[in-house]
Amino acid sequence: MTKPIEVKQDAPIVINRTATKSYALQESAIVKWSLITISLLFLALFLILPLITIFVTALEKGWDTYVASITHPDALAAIKLTLTVVLIVVPLNTIFGVAAAWVITKFNFKGKNLLITLIDLPFAVSPVIAGLIFILLFGAQGLFGDWLFANDIKIVFALPGILLATIFVTFPFVARELIPLMQMQGVTEEEASISLGASGFKTFWLVTLPNIKWGLLYGIILCNARTIGEFGAVSVVSGHIRGLTNTMPLHIEILYNEYQFTAAFAVASLMSILAIITIIIKNIIEWKAKEV
Amino acid sequence: MSIQVQNVSKRFGSFQALSDISIDIESGELIALLGPSGSGKTTLLRILAGLEGLDEGAILFDGENITGVSPKERKIGFVFQHYALFRHMTVFDNVAYGLKVRPRKERPSKAEIAKKVNELLSLVKLDNLADRYPSQLSGGQRQRVALARALAVEPKVLLLDEPFGALDAKVRKELRRWLRKLHNEFHVTSIFVTHDQEEALDVANRIIVMNNGKIEQIGTPDEVYENPKSPFVYDFLGNVNLFRGRLHNGKLTQGQFEIDVPTYLDSHEEAVGYVRPHDIHIEKVQTSNDTVAATIVHIHLLGPVVQIELKRDDIDEYLEAEVTKEHFNQLGIKKGDIVYIRPKQLKVFIPEDFSI
Ligand SMILES: Nc1ncnc2c1ncn2[C@@H]1O[C@H](COP(=O)(O)OP(=O)(O)O)[C@@H](O)[C@H]1O
Ligand SMILES: [Mg+2]
Repeated sequence: MTKPIEVKQDAPIVINRTATKSYALQESAIVKWSLITISLLFLALFLILPLITIFVTALEKGWDTYVASITHPDALAAIKLTLTVVLIVVPLNTIFGVAAAWVITKFNFKGKNLLITLIDLPFAVSPVIAGLIFILLFGAQGLFGDWLFANDIKIVFALPGILLATIFVTFPFVARELIPLMQMQGVTEEEASISLGASGFKTFWLVTLPNIKWGLLYGIILCNARTIGEFGAVSVVSGHIRGLTNTMPLHIEILYNEYQFTAAFAVASLMSILAIITIIIKNIIEWKAKEV
Repeated sequence: MSIQVQNVSKRFGSFQALSDISIDIESGELIALLGPSGSGKTTLLRILAGLEGLDEGAILFDGENITGVSPKERKIGFVFQHYALFRHMTVFDNVAYGLKVRPRKERPSKAEIAKKVNELLSLVKLDNLADRYPSQLSGGQRQRVALARALAVEPKVLLLDEPFGALDAKVRKELRRWLRKLHNEFHVTSIFVTHDQEEALDVANRIIVMNNGKIEQIGTPDEVYENPKSPFVYDFLGNVNLFRGRLHNGKLTQGQFEIDVPTYLDSHEEAVGYVRPHDIHIEKVQTSNDTVAATIVHIHLLGPVVQIELKRDDIDEYLEAEVTKEHFNQLGIKKGDIVYIRPKQLKVFIPEDFSI
């Protein structure tokens, strides 16, 4: 009796479903156009209109007032502080994000799921609570308050506090972007590199990094945008000291509360420009990443 | 380089992937690691390369224990199952990689690297594709890039995981021949994984048959094919007919068959005779009474060989026989004919010898 032996071949599974237009999902023209109209109206109402309002209000009293508002020492100090925070927080979170994504996707270890959960924590926690945590730790009445006071170290109501709060709020962005990407890519290219005699550092630099660069840039852009715009957590720890601990969003709030609408909207328009630039860069990256 | 694998065991959690594997490989051998999917072939190869750790045992290269040595230091060329080419590098850069990443002191000059890479690319017949990216290559071309990349570092051992697995039949044959030629030229100790017995028999000078994380048999293709040590090996290497019967006074009886098996004179128990299709003798007119009648159910013409499916008349069982085209024409048989058959050669295993 002959018995053919069945051998399963480990062939790569290729999923190829690029088509977004499905014949089966074709709707009548009326449905299609009303859906498109609703989306566009919604966007116009909640996005375009406010954006226009910002620029119109900012320029209401003329170009000179606009320039004066954004070159006011307090405004300049806020811009400078925000840029300082960006320059420190974004690189730190980039390093953290890459390192976290690396260990999560390339190694197996105990507590991996806990780490993934922890990375998501800032998304789950309100930024105000994030700020409060740092007050409770480093504030005058906080856990380390006495020790910090005794050693003359200022964290809360100073730059370090703002940095800590911002880092906390923005650290998931890079890691979250990289983890699925690196999971999909697996470890075989890294293994190939090592077996060809490359060191771990060279492998990262020459193989891993080029493979994740677009995802990484995307994560950095998102992290950057959030760092510039973060309000809640920073508001709690900053102390709102004019010219010292006010970032751009905080400065806008103060101006607004003082009924200086033109000045508030002038600074807001700067942030809006940053946001628009971010979106453009983001789209370029997405387009580039698709090309590869 | 010679390789010794000494009592190697490997677990993944509670799953025993390899148990007590021992192999001696001499320098310059071309070894096939043959076994069904999941038998631990890749795991063993990865342990040899240092990409996977082991739980027990040791690996020796040229008599030196390298069990704890990192893959980076092992001077091994590894060809991955799905090639693992660097997707963002051109073919040229892929092949040059192993030379480029050497520490400054050992690194050849740019010109030397280029010369070497071009040599290898012409060896694998890819000279004109040096500037392509992996995604722009066919499977066979990728496989050759992977090979050139592994050879660039002048490895002392070449490990290939299912090197022809994902390719179509024609390209497979071509690459297979080519691998043997390459091995004849370079004499680098090579181990390749396959689940295709034909590939193993055709290319290797020795075959290691694995099943369930254990070694079933090690031997030359001839030894393994002609003298399988276990039913599993018999089954795995080519088609086989089973004769389930009883041993009695040195004979295996099954239906009307009484086949002499002198090695089992004193055994009186259930046994299974294994007979290859080409070891079934067929005659149109009964010439001796040790044959039994069978009806031809189907005839496959496969070029130079003819496969004949038979149904025995004494018991309700099917058989497969294989004869040469020439012999088939001499016999002058056709579907529906009654013929007389007997096994020319048979190997008996008593079920206690093995677990089913
Ligand atoms: N990293 C791993 N973790 C858990 N199980 C594994 C791992 N690698 C392999 N295995 C298991 O070990 C067995 C042998 O795998 P493998 O060596 O890949 O087999 P083969 O290459 O012969 O098909 C399989 O059952 C597989 O599921
Ligand atoms: Mg395998």
